[in-house]
Amino acid sequence: MSVRRLCADQPASFAFTPENLDWCAKEIKKYPDGRQASAVIALLWRGQEQNGGWVSEPMIRAVGDMLAMPYIRVLEIATFYTMFNLAPRGKYLLQVCKTTPCWLRGSDEVTAAVKSRLGVDQGQVTQDGLFSWMEVECLGGCCNAPVIQVNDDFYEDLDAAKTGSLLDQLARGEQPKIGSQTGRRSSEPASGRSTLMGGDR
Amino acid sequence: MLQDKDRIFTNLYGFDDWGLDGARRRGDWDNTKALLEKGRDWIVDEVKASGLRGRGGAGFSTGLKWSFMPKVNDGRPHYLVVNADESEPGTCKDREILRNDPHKLVEGCLIAGFAMGAHAAYIYVRGEFIFERKRLQAAVDQAYAAGLLGDNACGSGWKFDVYVHHGAGAYICGEETALLESLEGKKGQPRLKPPFPANMGLYGCPTTVNNVESIAVAPTILRRGASWFMGFGRPNNSGTKIYCISGHVNTPCNVEESMSIPLRELIEKHAGGVRGGWDNLLAVIPGGASVPMIPKSICDTVLMDFDALKEVRSGLGTAAVIVMDKSTDLIRAIARLSAFYKHESCGQCTPCREGTGWMWRVMERLVTGDAEVSEIDMLLDVSTRIEGHTICALGDAAAWPVQGLIRHFRPVLEERILNHRVKRTGKIAAE
Repeated sequence: MSVRRLCADQPASFAFTPENLDWCAKEIKKYPDGRQASAVIALLWRGQEQNGGWVSEPMIRAVGDMLAMPYIRVLEIATFYTMFNLAPRGKYLLQVCKTTPCWLRGSDEVTAAVKSRLGVDQGQVTQDGLFSWMEVECLGGCCNAPVIQVNDDFYEDLDAAKTGSLLDQLARGEQPKIGSQTGRRSSEPASGRSTLMGGDR
Repeated sequence: MLQDKDRIFTNLYGFDDWGLDGARRRGDWDNTKALLEKGRDWIVDEVKASGLRGRGGAGFSTGLKWSFMPKVNDGRPHYLVVNADESEPGTCKDREILRNDPHKLVEGCLIAGFAMGAHAAYIYVRGEFIFERKRLQAAVDQAYAAGLLGDNACGSGWKFDVYVHHGAGAYICGEETALLESLEGKKGQPRLKPPFPANMGLYGCPTTVNNVESIAVAPTILRRGASWFMGFGRPNNSGTKIYCISGHVNTPCNVEESMSIPLRELIEKHAGGVRGGWDNLLAVIPGGASVPMIPKSICDTVLMDFDALKEVRSGLGTAAVIVMDKSTDLIRAIARLSAFYKHESCGQCTPCREGTGWMWRVMERLVTGDAEVSEIDMLLDVSTRIEGHTICALGDAAAWPVQGLIRHFRPVLEERILNHRVKRTGKIAAE
């Protein structure tokens, strides 16, 4: 398990936008009456998105009030689940997969490319505010290894050069092609399909 | 080799339309009402007869699991919960179902939910799968709009709702009771069993938790018949299965194949063979990170099914085949998995919380060889004190890769230690 704490610098307040409040109300309705706590991950997630990618202490209190949960229970959720960032991050958060299937396909070179290009340690933000990065455990794209997740999207079949090019595109404000960087549709064999040959539309 | 006409996931790679029109062309949602009209017992019996064993790793009979749900409703609602928290290293099959063939899962939810007397299903998608979650939600929305879900699902008179829920990055939530805790808005820490979810699951109500693939294959099994599904694989290991082949192969891929296919055939037919040829193979982890590795000598002949892999003291798990060629530092490969389990332990049980960190630290020293030969046996001993002494199987899963390494590659560990010692004493002598 990993030890995670809230960051020292906290904003004074947090409030969901009216649109997000509507969204939260719909999310809570997915669960039976009295079971609104089930929506805690979804609400914190939405709050994180609204807050530029991290969960603040006032947000934890706000979510606790909305769900009638003790603040400590919401704090538990925010610290237990590692996709909640507890400190500000760059505009682009790079999650570099280092688990064995990615490692076998060269995630060390991909990590080195990220490190040398960004010049900051894990968890730090580049001076221009654009990037931060972290090593993560298996992202679940093992047949397209190595994989980096940037914010919501997976970039797959990487090597050092393709990682550099990915970061260049992001730095220029371009939207790189999501998914495989070697032109695969998904996880079919790179040399062409060995199954499901017909019936494409 | 399995023929395309017998593949269930005909849009596995997403070359066709994922949406409702495409799904209907591929045979999904074809008179689902008629399947429901055959009744709960028929559905459960047919799935039992098909021999389908859970595709999430444990391999328990899916039909039997469904039959554990109370036959009579005691006033508490029944729930189907689908485990789409795919995070076993090496495994990336459910992702393809979620994004490329989501209607198979949604239809499966209705059929399985109906068979267990449930009016609601929650699908728990891992947090990182954001695109996949949105795609699944879009498929659910399509199904509602077409009257396939809702108050009168498929015109059957059965009310059925499907809700997409998501996590936020915790491997442990793939354990079914941890998943239920998480779904209730708590930390994902496994529950003691009994009570089992079929009696006390989500919100204290009867619940069945199934893997995505197990639910998604159910409609096709019912349409084509249990005997069709039984026709693939060896007895007690029937059906087709999505294999994820990663690591040192020429063309890593997901592929649906028959159960019991020889490992070598699987790798050579679909993944382009081992990098540098079959003789360059060192070892394979055949069922996701949690199962012990097997050396090439076993890989030469072993079949990919539950029983065959159990016989060689490994397991089919999620059928995630991680291939390692002779260039691999096996000690580092397993040390990396030890780091994974240390990171993902929920911290509830002491043997796991302390033991995963301890094993990882020893593994890191074994990578450099900075250890005593006697520590290999100590590591093995400690691993057996974690295994079987925790609430859930994460402790076992952390122990098995280490045990597999020691079982098959002890000389490699010893050599690393001796080399390190020679280097060290050499240095001292030179000084």
